[in-house]
Formats: sequence, C-alpha cells, structure tokens
Amino acid sequence: MKIIILGAGQVGSSVAANLCNEANDITVIDRNPVCLQALQDRFDLRGVLGHGSHPEILARAGAQDADMIVAVTNSDEVNMIACQVAYTLFRTPTKIARVRETQYQKATELFAQEALPIDVLISPEQEVTDYIRRLIEFPGALQVLDFAHGRVQLVAARAFYGGPLVGHKLNELPDQLPGVETRVVAIYRRHEPIIPDGDTVIETGDDVFFVAAPKHIRAVMSEFQRLDSPNKRVLIAGGGNIGKRLAIALEKQCNIKIIESNPERAQQISEELKHAYVLLGDAADEELLVEENIDQTDVFCALTNADEANIISSMLAKRLGAKTVMALINRAAYVDLVQRDIIDIAISPQQATIGSLLAHVRRGDVVKVHALRRGAAEAIEAIAHGDRNSSQVVGRSLDDIELPPGTTIGAVVRGDSVIMAHHDTVIEAEDHVIMIVTNKRHVRDVERLFQVSVTFL
Amino acid sequence: MVRFQVIQRILGLLLSIFSLALLPPLLIAHWTRDGAETAFATAIAVILTAGLTLWLPVRKVNREMKLRDGFIVVVLFWVVLGTSGSIPFMLVEGLKMSAPDAIFESLSGLTTTGATVIVGIDYLPPSILFYRQLLQWLGGMGIIVLAVAILPILGIGGMQLYRAETPGPMKDAKLTPRITETAKALWYIYLGLTIACAVAYLSAGMSLFDAISHSFSTVAIGGFSTHDLSLGYFDNPAIEAIAVVFMFMAGINFSLHFLAWRYRNGKPYIFDSEFRMYGAFTLAVCVVCGIGLSVTTYQDDWIEAFRLGIFQAVSIGTTTGFTTASFQAWPGFLPLLLLFASFVGACAGSTGGGIKVIRFLLLYKQGRREIQRLIHPNAIITIKMGGRPVNDRVVDAVWGFFATYVAVFAALLLTVMATGLDQVTAFSAVAACMNNLGPGLGDVSTHYGDIPSSTKLLLSFAMVLGRLEIFTLLVLLTPSFWRG
Repeated sequence: MKIIILGAGQVGSSVAANLCNEANDITVIDRNPVCLQALQDRFDLRGVLGHGSHPEILARAGAQDADMIVAVTNSDEVNMIACQVAYTLFRTPTKIARVRETQYQKATELFAQEALPIDVLISPEQEVTDYIRRLIEFPGALQVLDFAHGRVQLVAARAFYGGPLVGHKLNELPDQLPGVETRVVAIYRRHEPIIPDGDTVIETGDDVFFVAAPKHIRAVMSEFQRLDSPNKRVLIAGGGNIGKRLAIALEKQCNIKIIESNPERAQQISEELKHAYVLLGDAADEELLVEENIDQTDVFCALTNADEANIISSMLAKRLGAKTVMALINRAAYVDLVQRDIIDIAISPQQATIGSLLAHVRRGDVVKVHALRRGAAEAIEAIAHGDRNSSQVVGRSLDDIELPPGTTIGAVVRGDSVIMAHHDTVIEAEDHVIMIVTNKRHVRDVERLFQVSVTFL
Repeated sequence: MVRFQVIQRILGLLLSIFSLALLPPLLIAHWTRDGAETAFATAIAVILTAGLTLWLPVRKVNREMKLRDGFIVVVLFWVVLGTSGSIPFMLVEGLKMSAPDAIFESLSGLTTTGATVIVGIDYLPPSILFYRQLLQWLGGMGIIVLAVAILPILGIGGMQLYRAETPGPMKDAKLTPRITETAKALWYIYLGLTIACAVAYLSAGMSLFDAISHSFSTVAIGGFSTHDLSLGYFDNPAIEAIAVVFMFMAGINFSLHFLAWRYRNGKPYIFDSEFRMYGAFTLAVCVVCGIGLSVTTYQDDWIEAFRLGIFQAVSIGTTTGFTTASFQAWPGFLPLLLLFASFVGACAGSTGGGIKVIRFLLLYKQGRREIQRLIHPNAIITIKMGGRPVNDRVVDAVWGFFATYVAVFAALLLTVMATGLDQVTAFSAVAACMNNLGPGLGDVSTHYGDIPSSTKLLLSFAMVLGRLEIFTLLVLLTPSFWRG
C-alpha cells in the first residue's frame, strides 16, 4: 500500500515504524528536517520536507497514486485541510486524520463526504484515556480491549497464588463458573506464548488472555486471582490532555486528584472539572504525596509528557504505598526496564493508538486491531464475508478452519449475540470473528483467510 | 566480533554474486574459442569460493547494519572487487599482466575511469574485451546500487550502502519510498539507456559486438573501447553524434530521467538548475573548442574543427574519455581547458565522475552571496536551487568536499611526482584518475603502460577515491572511526 503520513512527531513516527515493517511504501511529510532525517535513517521510507496540507508538497509526496493519507500533525486544522486537499485534488481513497479537539469530534456532520471528507478520525489522547479508564475499571487487569463496540472484551490478567483455578486444568472453568461464557485464548508463561487447550494447567505467574462479555469479566478474573475491591481513589500526575480527559471520564465514579505543576494549566483544568481536586505541585514531591494520602490511593497514574518523570514519580508512589501504579511511557526501551518489577502497568501510548490505524491498512474486512505484548502479538476482529465456496471460513466449523500456527479464535459476534468459540461453532457470513495471533508474522495469513476469493464471485 | 560478521556476510554474498558477472565473458570465450576460457573459469571458481567461504559460516547472522558498517562494506567491496576482478587479466594467455597492471586495469574499469595499461587492444581476445566493457557497465550505476535492487535482504541497511556509494551532495532524496524500488528504478533507466545506445550504434554501422561493448562504456561514462584508436577507429560522424548524445544523457542526474519518464514530459529537465548549468557549461566548452580549433590547426575546415571539438568537449567534460583525435596535441590552452572541464564533471546522481556540476553551482552561488553581502551588509540571503532553499549544512558540506578534493589532489600529485613522473604527466594522470576520466596528457596521453608499478597502484587508489567521492574512503582512514 502507498501511504502518506503527515507529521513526523511521536504519533507519526510510531505509525511509520509500524507500517514500514509491513511492506508498505511510506512517505512522511514534515516541516522539521531533523525529525525527517532521523526517521529516514532508521526506516526504509521517504521524507518530504514541507507543509503537509499544501497541494504541491502532497503531489511531491506522490499523492496521485497514494492509497491512504494519515494526517497526524500537531494541528487539527492542518490535518483536516490536508484530507480535504487530498480528497479534492488527488481522490485519495482512505483519509485518516487526528482530530483532538472534542468540539470538532462532537460535530459529526462536519466529517461527511461533502463537508470535510475524512473517513476515520483518530484521537490518540482519547484512545489512551479509554485504555487507562478500562484498566482502572477492572482492577487487576493488565490490558482490557474492546471488540464489536464493547460487546466483547479481551482481558489480560496475571494468575496469582490463591486464585481458585490456579494449579487446575482449564476445562474445570465452566464447572466453577456456571452461566458465565468465556474462553481463554492465550497464555504467556515466562514470556513464551502457549495456545491453551482443556488440559492446560494454569500456573502462578501466567499472563492469561481471555475473552468474555463485559458483565462476566470480574467473575472470570476472580478465578485467577483474589479479587480486588473496585478502584475508588485515583491520583493522577500530570494535567495534560490525557490527565484531564481521564479525570473527566472517571470523576463521577471515583475520587480523583490531579497534580499539575504549571499554575496556569492547573487553574484552567480546575475550571473544567466538576468534582476532582486539582493540586498544584510536583508529582515527585514526597511530602505532597504523603499529605494527599498516597498510602490509601488505589491507583496512581503518571501521565506527564516526560517518560523519566513518570517513571520516577510512579516508583516513589509505589514506595509510599500506592496499591497500583501506572506510568505513561513513550520509549519502548524504558517499558522493558520497568514493567512488572518496578511499575505495575506501563502504558505505551503508541500501542494503544496504533490499532485503530492498523485496521485500515489490513486486507480483508478487518474492523479492529489491537497490538499486544509490545507489538509481538495482535488481537484482530475481522468480518467473514461470502459463502462456503468463496470464503475459507464461512460455513465451516472452527475445527475445519485452517488457522495459522499460534492463532486462536476467541469469540464470534453475530448481530447482537456473542458466541464463545467452541470447536463445533460454525461461522456464518457477516459474523465478526475475534481472534488472537501470538506471532505477528502470521497476521498476513489471517488476513488472507478472511479475503473473499475473487474467482468464485 | 558480531559487527564484522554482518559485514562479512554481505561481502561474501556480494562476491558470490559478482562471480556470475564473469559468466558472459566465459560464454564468449567458449563460443569464439579465443583461448581465455580456462582463465575465466578459474576466475569464477576462485571468486565464488572466496565469496562462499566468507558467507557460509556467518549466513545465519541477522543483525542490522549500522551507518558505519555501510562505509566499510562499500569500500571493502570496491577494493575486494577491484582485486578479484583483476584475476582474468593475470590469467589470460598472451596477456599475463602483472598484479599492479591487472589491478589498475580492473579498477579503471569498475570506477568507469577508462585509463588502460594495455597496448594493442585490437588484438586482445574478444572475451577479455567484453569483460573490460562489462566491468565499466557494472561500475557505472554502482554495483552496490545493483545489489540493493536485487537483494531484498539488504533492506534498511541498503540505504546506508546506497548513501556511501551514490555521488552528489544530497543523497537522501529518494525517488520512491523504498530504497529497493529506488535502486531498481535507477537500474531500469540505466538498462534502457544502454539498450537504446546499443541499438543506435548498431544502426549507425557498428558490428553487434562493438555496439554492445561501446554502449556499455558510453552509458557508464567509462571510456574503454575495443580499439586502440577508441571511437576514432570508426571515423563515422553518425557514431560520434550518437556517442555525444548518450554521454550527455548519462551525465544527467538519473532522478531527472526518472521524473521525466514518470510524468512523460521534459519539464523536470528544464526546471532543474543543475541540468541547465550542465547544458550551458558543456555547450560553452564545445564552442570554445570548436572555435579554438578552427582558428588554429583546422583553419580551412571549420566543420571538421567543430566535429572534433564537440566530441572531445563532451567526452572529456562528462569524464567519459573516448577520443577521436589526440586532443593532447591540440594547440594552446585547449588540452588544459578540457582537463579542467573534467573537474566539473557530470551531474550528481549520474554515472559520471568529477566534482559534479551541482557543487560548482553551489560554490558559485555562495561566491555571489558574499559579493551581495558586501553591497547590502544587512541582507539575509538564502541560497536557492530551483526556487527551493538549500540547507546550510549542504553548502558547508560542499565547501568541505571542495577543500578536501583539492588537498587530496595536491598530496597525490606530489606523491606521484615523487615516483618519477614529470609535472604535466603527473598532474594530468592524477586529475584523469581522480575525476574518473581516463586519458591524460604527456606520457599518459594514450595509455598508462609505461609508468612505474607503484604509480599505477597510487593511481588506482585515486580512482577509488574519486568514484566514492573521497569521504567514504577517507572516513575509514581516520582513527576515530575505528575507536568505536
């Protein structure tokens, strides 16, 4: 696919890095030659220096035959205009733009084909916020991902000593939880994936990935660990875009405090928030944390722009007694350094947002893609089309589908109903199939599986 | 060390692939029974064995190449290839060149210099003749660029190699998003030009063998010929005209060819300031030579004067080095003018050598800026190329390059004179080798056979220096590069 990316910032770079590895022709446009050069040195892509929404620059980047434009510059306005220009002058088929401002996002009629022709709006801040919100809503979960508009969720949780199912075979799960529909799709034991079957025994320290309807998730999680009480007291460090959004999203159900060091910004968010407290100060200030009862805090989220500050303040909060600490970490190398041992959950904003883009690059009708395990694995929601003759999945039971190695189907969403996958479940046309691919190399094969073969049409 | 294993792996692979390039001469030797068959077969065996010995033990090493490794691979590759390419010259019956001679000949081919140590080219076996031309053709667009095009495994590391080998001050301008595609596009254009050139030569009356052979060295801006008299052997105005056109075309930046071909019109040429300067400069040298000759040697035949003048001006100006007349004997300043024209050379991103037109254009613009500053002390003056501002980094780099080129030239000139050459010969020999031109003045005006062996090795070094634009080679000679 030929893809033009506008903006070589954090989001642009991570998008470029992810797409580059998948045999796409990437051209990145940015006004900063230093950023461009750095990208060009690291990846096999082309950089074009200039203002992303200018027709001449777009033409130079090859907009005439581009399949997709991803506008992720700092400015919402530039992104929107760039999509307009690409549509009007070059008829670019797929246009994706980052629009952060909620005012724009609310006015959905703005993005109709005859107004601002943008096919997909992405808001990385919103996605990261949702990601963190789900983690806070399900204490103990390492990752919670939505599929089929929230009808099914994929949850990663660690098995701890004391969970009823730990030390037992998986096929005992239905007896322990009558009436709860769930399926374990993958287990990571010491960083190695295991594709589970009924005889697999859960061990302490396993990371278990399972799918279930949202209402059953807590019940299933209680099988792997002693259930924590719901998170009530949340302390957020950093009142930037994500911190503020998270506070707004959670302030009804939780007790929120935000620490912000910039007085003007603190004033500004305090005006926008209804119930949360805004504290002016440094998140790494021990006395401030103690004074605000850090030892009684359920969740401490460090969400500033600086990775180092987030890591340090989370470490401090953990030491001072916060139950769970989460830190927003951009640099992949830092995530490996601190995840698990020092910080409970390291949130990589790139991974949280790349999924919504990946879905559009994939062949076959892929609705949703989530990166797992630092991009080594993927959870995919794809729609099955065609009939028994033209499709490799429709009309077949799961036993008959030739899945690539390391791939499991977790659930099927048919209309409004969620069907947990069994070996005899038969896929019908227009089903949403939710699966996990533990080795990214096989994503191609999965895509191919869901493509309708042209010869039979 | 793992780092050297990566280099070893790529080097071994490239060497194995290069051995395939000796197959066409082997086939020719087989068909014509010219006695060079065993020489080529042995050479293939030796090179392939060497390549596989390097590659097999480390074939599974899969690590990314670093920027630094790119320099080592490129320089090593040119050196190793220059040496192994010399094997057939040493083995062929009746030629049996000494090692320095063979290395000089093989590097002169690969770097598209076109200087030869052989006398009596007309009597060489056809397979050896073809092999010399093939060396030039492979070296023209850059063997590494070819490797990047056909070896997807080079992947990201390909950009490092590409940058270390491609001539010109702005090397990051990719034609297509992916480096493999860029390299492929360049080679397709190169191949297309070669085929067009061969067909044109053929229709102008060359034999098939000569047409293909000369198309190789014309489009590569090399200058090797299958005759002692070079293109003068044919004494055919049509052939000379074809040569002039294709030398000029091959001296243009290949990305312009690419754009023109993609948009199916000539606008990219017209709007490119480097191309305009290249055209104007070539035209000026042609006119000066034509007039110079018609007022002196060819007073009664101005058509002949211009025919010789234009051919020689384009051939030397683009650094090809074909000859139709012994320009060294031309009156007055003309021989030196041509030699100086070879310093300017061809455009960046072409197959030609020299300092490159774009660098001179930038130097000129900077000189003009200094004058403007004297007149308007407060003016902010940006240097622009084709309406777009040029990064000051690039301008600095051009100055650095120019200064280094002159310094290296002076050092080489003194060393070569120390080996016993007179000043005119030494000056022209170093210039002709560093600019990848070929024929010089004085004792090296027809061939380089009579100079000492040490000088030949020195000049071989100058050719690689010139082909890799000095820095790629010099960087390996600096201690800090190796200190890690």
